[in-house]
Amino acid sequence: MRTLPEPFAGWFKARGWQPRAHQLDVLAAIGVGDHALLVAPTGGGKTLAGFLPTLLDLAAAPRDGLHTLYISPLKALAVDIARNLMAPIGDMALPIRVETRTGDTPANRRARQRATPPHILLTTPESLTLLLSQPEAAEFFAGLGGIIIDEIHALAGTKRGDQLALCLSRLAVLAPGAKRIGLSATIAAPDALRAWLAPDAEAGSVRLITAESGAAPVFDLQLPEGHLPWGGHMGLASMPEVYRRIEAARVTIVFVNTRAQAELCFAALWRLNEAALPIALHHGSLEIDQRRKVEAAMAAGKLRAVVATASLDLGIDWGDVDQVIQIGAPKGVARLLQRVGRANHRMDEPSHAVLVPANRFEVIECVAAMEAAAACELDGDPPRPGGLDVLAQHVLAMACHAPFHPDDLYAEVTRAAPYAALTRRDFDDVVRFVEDGGYALASYERFRRLFRDSEGRLHIRDARVARQFRLNLGTIVETPMIKVRLRGGATLGEVEEWFVSTLAAGDCFLFAGQVVRYERLDPAAVIVSPGGGDEPRVPVYAGSRMPLTTWLAARVRAILHDPSRWTHLPEPVQEWLRLQKLRSELPPRDGLLVETFPRGGRWFLVAYTFEGRLAHQTLGLLVTKRMERLGMGPLGYVGTDYVLAIWSAFEPTGVERLFAEDILGDEMEEWLAESSMLRRSFRNIATIAGLLEKHHPGLAKSGRQMTMNADLIYDVLRRHEPDHILLRATREEAARGLTDVARIAALLARIQGRITHRALSRVSPLAVPALIEEGREWVAGGTEDALLAEAAALVAEATDGAEEFGETLADMTDGITTRGASARPRPREARKSRFIRSVPRRAS
Amino acid sequence: MNAAPLHMGAERVMLDPAGVLHWPAQKLLCVADLHLEKASAFARAGCFLPPYDTRETLARLAVLIRRYNPARLVFLGDSFHDAHGAARLDAADRAALLRLLEGLDPIWVLGNHDPAPPCDLPGQAVAEWRQGPITFRHIPSPFSRQAPPEIAGHLHPKATAPTRAGGISRPCFVANPRRVVMPAFGAFTGGLCVTDPAIARLFPQGGRAFLLGEERLYSFPLAAGRGHGAAAHHGP
Repeated sequence: MRTLPEPFAGWFKARGWQPRAHQLDVLAAIGVGDHALLVAPTGGGKTLAGFLPTLLDLAAAPRDGLHTLYISPLKALAVDIARNLMAPIGDMALPIRVETRTGDTPANRRARQRATPPHILLTTPESLTLLLSQPEAAEFFAGLGGIIIDEIHALAGTKRGDQLALCLSRLAVLAPGAKRIGLSATIAAPDALRAWLAPDAEAGSVRLITAESGAAPVFDLQLPEGHLPWGGHMGLASMPEVYRRIEAARVTIVFVNTRAQAELCFAALWRLNEAALPIALHHGSLEIDQRRKVEAAMAAGKLRAVVATASLDLGIDWGDVDQVIQIGAPKGVARLLQRVGRANHRMDEPSHAVLVPANRFEVIECVAAMEAAAACELDGDPPRPGGLDVLAQHVLAMACHAPFHPDDLYAEVTRAAPYAALTRRDFDDVVRFVEDGGYALASYERFRRLFRDSEGRLHIRDARVARQFRLNLGTIVETPMIKVRLRGGATLGEVEEWFVSTLAAGDCFLFAGQVVRYERLDPAAVIVSPGGGDEPRVPVYAGSRMPLTTWLAARVRAILHDPSRWTHLPEPVQEWLRLQKLRSELPPRDGLLVETFPRGGRWFLVAYTFEGRLAHQTLGLLVTKRMERLGMGPLGYVGTDYVLAIWSAFEPTGVERLFAEDILGDEMEEWLAESSMLRRSFRNIATIAGLLEKHHPGLAKSGRQMTMNADLIYDVLRRHEPDHILLRATREEAARGLTDVARIAALLARIQGRITHRALSRVSPLAVPALIEEGREWVAGGTEDALLAEAAALVAEATDGAEEFGETLADMTDGITTRGASARPRPREARKSRFIRSVPRRAS
Repeated sequence: MNAAPLHMGAERVMLDPAGVLHWPAQKLLCVADLHLEKASAFARAGCFLPPYDTRETLARLAVLIRRYNPARLVFLGDSFHDAHGAARLDAADRAALLRLLEGLDPIWVLGNHDPAPPCDLPGQAVAEWRQGPITFRHIPSPFSRQAPPEIAGHLHPKATAPTRAGGISRPCFVANPRRVVMPAFGAFTGGLCVTDPAIARLFPQGGRAFLLGEERLYSFPLAAGRGHGAAAHHGP
């Protein structure tokens, strides 16, 4: 049996602990000079495992200077870890100083840290980039011995992960001896993560240490009493059962998938809360103070339940949680297990989790996820290649640190796994972009940001460039948000700007757990007053819904297709599937079932594609464009996580043509020109790359103006230089990110020659959920102009031309204000947009 | 392209969905806020916007000049993004601009961004310009019941129309029979929401926003004397 040296052995013993095998394994790996990736479930003493090598080393050989860098995706986590580390360090009186450095660290402490660095510095990817861009970075990091990356599964594959990977490559140059330790939750593809962590992008360079998985979680499926809903995603029908489970447990986390759902579930639970149990709400749009209060109350054991979104997915240890309830389908197995792991942070006892599907398809998805969890099969895509926008930011950061030669930087950058396949052409184009915009039209020669010396090294032009860079650093681009403030009172949080644009004075909406009434818009905030009518709306946030993972989708298809696997499904769902088999057929495992049927004077086409909402939205646009071309008169479509439904004026025939692989050709080009999702990608990329500045000395610029400028720039650049590096980066991102084009391509390839078309006389049982899905997509062609024409016509119809007459009248009679001109111009119908929902009235 | 007629007193002017105003009786075309050389002004400050805004703006304008074949072109101010803009024009863009102005007798109404007449370009530069009953000026005059009809720019009006698929924002004309505020024409010019007090207070008795579309204008009433109306402010 391996053991720890004193005083560590004594410290463990005094607490009644045994060093765990994986803690000793990490220690051994670092001891022989390896890098290590530790995969362990929550509660496995993972963080301590990461820090033990550092603590032992510093206890044995105390010395000054920065010894270990700890990087986490969350500021709050860095602070929490600092607190937790103080226990062993204090108890054993180790000569070790621990400090945090985040965006919140005051300037004087940062200066002091630069002069006399702590032994252990806890920080975030952004703060690390900032440190590395300082001229004195080389001296600061020279003695670095260890780098710990926490929640590495949540960083790899994101833009913040790209940024961190590039920083690690630089650290490997400044401190070649530093050993890396990655800490990860249980994941599907540890080898990809090993490569990500490795200093040479090779999985083999990192030792994989897997902790015992502990007791398997115990799952329970909770259906609503009575009728099982056909559609809807909120799961509100099950709230009475959820409330009873909260009453029966000590502390419950109720996880939901979106912020809107969090608001609705929270409101529903409080309507049932006759015992006045302390139930709180936690999501990313709430005021940060409010969130901290909830977290503190949770840690102090003062809450019985918290309704939370992904904002609670990571990090902080809540201790006493004994039940996790997932409302709505989990969308991914790994994600589900990470959430379940929040309950009961002791490895030897099973976590208890309850899945609450909101509709019939979600029942199947929940069962598929439970089966996968039981079989320990995880999903998750391998990290994607690094973004060129992040690289542009990094190039400027490195120039701010010191002059560099492009050859050296290229070699350094390609040692980071996300950039291992980066071509020299892309790299050079990125560098040129940083220098002067990199346009084919070389008109900015005299305004260059970087210049080259006689040896080919790149220097920044002046200190102003570095100052500007530091102001704009970061890879998180916020959607333009507006604060919500109670009149004469506290700020509640923030909503997306476009949501505010749909409000008229007096409209009510549900926010931060209360109904508020919109009063007016201040320059800085939406002013609201408490209370309001009986049909409040709920702010919905763009892109906040996670799509179904490819892998879980395959499992759902497999269950559907095979009646022998239906035994775990509740009876109403089995009945539903049997009916489908009778009336139409079951979707095949690998091919594609397409149904068409007439209904209400229109034709419907339902494709059982199972590729997730994002992919279906893009696919819907491409297929309707093709239908338009073929004269089928498409009228609209809706994409759920499971199916794509399209309605049209004429009967769709020869459906194979609609799902041919070449819809990714011409239709795709048209779509590229007008897609709002691509515009959003471009805006993010242009901001991260530094074309659009979040802050510029002297040029105040709000998020609102940034949005507008990005669209104009996108249009002009597309027309005049379609091959510009930022447009190339945008198209690459479209293949993966928000638009899931890659997933569509894979689907189309898979189903060629295997499309089954069933022409039915009426709607099939499986198609019903899609047809009652809220949030229908736009009309044929999907053009904004068609929508504008419709809205303008509606307004004219609703006001009956009254205001035009009133206007003329006012003009003739001057000062008389007319009623017509102030008539509420918006008909109710026009307000039912796909983004906004009304709170369903409760039946009870 | 369908231009919409608007009557100002006894005169009929046409609002074109491309964002220009045509006055058939005077064979006059009016365009506001070109902000030429905006990208190079930003580049000077270290922000490298694509250097194609001038050619893009001029190309769009050339199409309209061919269509309307006006005798006179009125630039309603802020034609250049800054006082040195005209001097920064590159050779190709300058040639394109001169070609465009040939035989047009341009009127350069001066704006706050370009307070001095553009150097070496044909035409006359004026602080404001009157033709028949209508005054052309850069900055709209404050609301007054007796003011003569006016066409102005400066504010870059923009409005959001609520539709089934969320709000859609477009640059727009804001007009009533007494005044027209023109949308900004420049390729890189953004917008100010029509509900902003700077615009709303010019139309205390209401007016209409004409949102620019591909083929036509989309008209929405501007609520009188309220902060909010159908043409609400910015969307996505």
